[in-house]
Amino acid sequence: MDLSSINPILLLASLMVAATPIMLAAIGELVVERSGVLNLGVEGMMITGAVCGFIVSVSTGSPWIGFIGAAIGGAILASLFGVLTQYLLSNQVATGLALTLFGLGLSALMGQGYIGIKAPSFPDWHIPLLGDIPVIGPIVFQHDPMVYVGLLIVLAVWAFLKFSRAGLILRAVGENHDAAHALGYKVKRVRMLAIMFGGACAGLGGAYLSLVRVPQWTEGMTAGAGWIALAIVVFASWKPGRLLLGAYLFGGVTVLQLNLQAAGMAIPVEYLSMAPYLATTVVLVIMRAGRAPGSLGRIFHASR
Amino acid sequence: MIMLEKRPQPSQGWTLATPILAVLLTMLVGGALFAALGKDPLVTIRTIFYDPLFSEFAWYYRPQLLVKGAPLVLIAIGLSFGFRAGVWNIGAEGQYIIGAICGAAVGLALYPMESVFIFPAMVIAGALGGMLWAMIPGILRVKFGTNEILVSLMLVYVAEQLLASMALGTLRNPEGMGFPGSRNLSQYPSAANLELISGSGMHWGVVAAFIAVIFAYIMLSRHIFGFQVRLSGLAPRAAAFSGVNPGRLILLCMAISGGLAGLAGLFEVAGPAGQISIDFNVGYGFTAIIVAFLGRLHPVGILLAGGLMALTYIGGEIAQSKLGLPGGAIQLLQGMLLFFLLAVDVLTHYRVRFGQGEVA
Repeated sequence: MDLSSINPILLLASLMVAATPIMLAAIGELVVERSGVLNLGVEGMMITGAVCGFIVSVSTGSPWIGFIGAAIGGAILASLFGVLTQYLLSNQVATGLALTLFGLGLSALMGQGYIGIKAPSFPDWHIPLLGDIPVIGPIVFQHDPMVYVGLLIVLAVWAFLKFSRAGLILRAVGENHDAAHALGYKVKRVRMLAIMFGGACAGLGGAYLSLVRVPQWTEGMTAGAGWIALAIVVFASWKPGRLLLGAYLFGGVTVLQLNLQAAGMAIPVEYLSMAPYLATTVVLVIMRAGRAPGSLGRIFHASR
Repeated sequence: MIMLEKRPQPSQGWTLATPILAVLLTMLVGGALFAALGKDPLVTIRTIFYDPLFSEFAWYYRPQLLVKGAPLVLIAIGLSFGFRAGVWNIGAEGQYIIGAICGAAVGLALYPMESVFIFPAMVIAGALGGMLWAMIPGILRVKFGTNEILVSLMLVYVAEQLLASMALGTLRNPEGMGFPGSRNLSQYPSAANLELISGSGMHWGVVAAFIAVIFAYIMLSRHIFGFQVRLSGLAPRAAAFSGVNPGRLILLCMAISGGLAGLAGLFEVAGPAGQISIDFNVGYGFTAIIVAFLGRLHPVGILLAGGLMALTYIGGEIAQSKLGLPGGAIQLLQGMLLFFLLAVDVLTHYRVRFGQGEVA
């Protein structure tokens, strides 16, 4: 094994890239869960986003339009979940699982003609001045734009939840939907919007995989990323700041195991590939989760 | 305006009618989907739901119904206990893989010895393997309050990697010219899970599935454990006051579902699949979730739902080869079925009222 072949600067730089899809999906789910809805369909929305983004960007030639298409695709799928859980009052756990199974089938069907095609390239930004700083420049300031879009979304969500009136309403709905309803807030409408935002973010995360990280379409390519995003929301105690930490931690494990594989570590590849999943499990065990939103996963039915 | 009014008790009639309604809706929307794909909807629906049972080649497909239905029913029965009690083991796919690996490993270790005890030993190893794999999320939930949904799912991916490692390394056939995959267990008489009656599709896994259905029915309707499971699902607080030990209940539910999933894996690997290979698992562990819900978490319902889901698998394969239907379409159809079921389920628990309801 040759550990010296691992370049720490490149390692940290690819960490930011590896963390982005999970971060995007997780920040969307965080908003959904803060509004009191548990959507276990992140994996299904991610893979649908991946295929939608890929198809749109291949046919238009523009990755940017691809990302928009992915967000719309994810939001449409999520609104299915929203209608079922909010208006038809179905069990959120079961519906979320159904969404994942449905999304996997849908994406396989949609992506059939797109296997083996390469996505249009999505060049990295070399941010002037900042990108030229030694060490920090290559790590932080020489990535593709979506890395920064992801960070901006996390920042925006943090500010939205902490400082805005709408964020306060969203949190109220999530903490106690009966009280929020009594105050005259539209519980279902708030939740539908949150669910669709979550779907759009998951779609972006999926498209990041199929357009930037891989960049190809293969069936089942998310490989549990959506579930890891769900785990990171729990790890983050439903706080955007800690979510960032969780996503980078996870990105670090992924990148490290890939680098160890490349460096010819004595452990078989299959065992190294288990690392992200095992790390997620260990993190779930060690980190005591904070308090979950009070109404998380409960069905809201305004009885009269 | 349409209003929903909660029923004091779930409607008995709708409980039975909603799965049928969901199947009909799925056929309708599925037909529209097939039409959009450029296939004749009526022919496609007939190919999937009717031909495996009644066409001229049905003698070939009917046994397949048992072969494909058995693992689904076996896993779904196990899951139904947990789902009733609010224990969400959704990693049955992983437990299925580990059961298959453990059972096959016992058989392969004893190769080429012949003994009547080998197959029973493999069965026990398979069940234990699945059970232990399910105990990981179970114990973590009880000891550390970790979410069992996420942990059991993470372990599916770990199990898949382990399976790849086993098929390429530890359990690889030493006489296999370096090809991945283990020795073929179905050609090793002591370890093979062959058809009990030739041409019927009836193997030990099918027998086990039927036993599991009967066992689950008795457990749920006559045994104190079944009562505790139902009580914990309906009213957790009441269950705690009446002396149900929640930790023990979680562990038992996980053990039952893991054990049965492991059994299903072993029967599959020793019979229809024949060997440990990288992709011998075909997602029965996930489809079983649909089966469990479609069967209303009731043993008899699960039996029927398992048959229906097996039908879509077989019909889907026929439609793929005969009509060129894409493979993903069947998976989509199965997901759609669960969606419609959850959607129409509102009729079971709520009464639909039209017009302005009076203020109480």
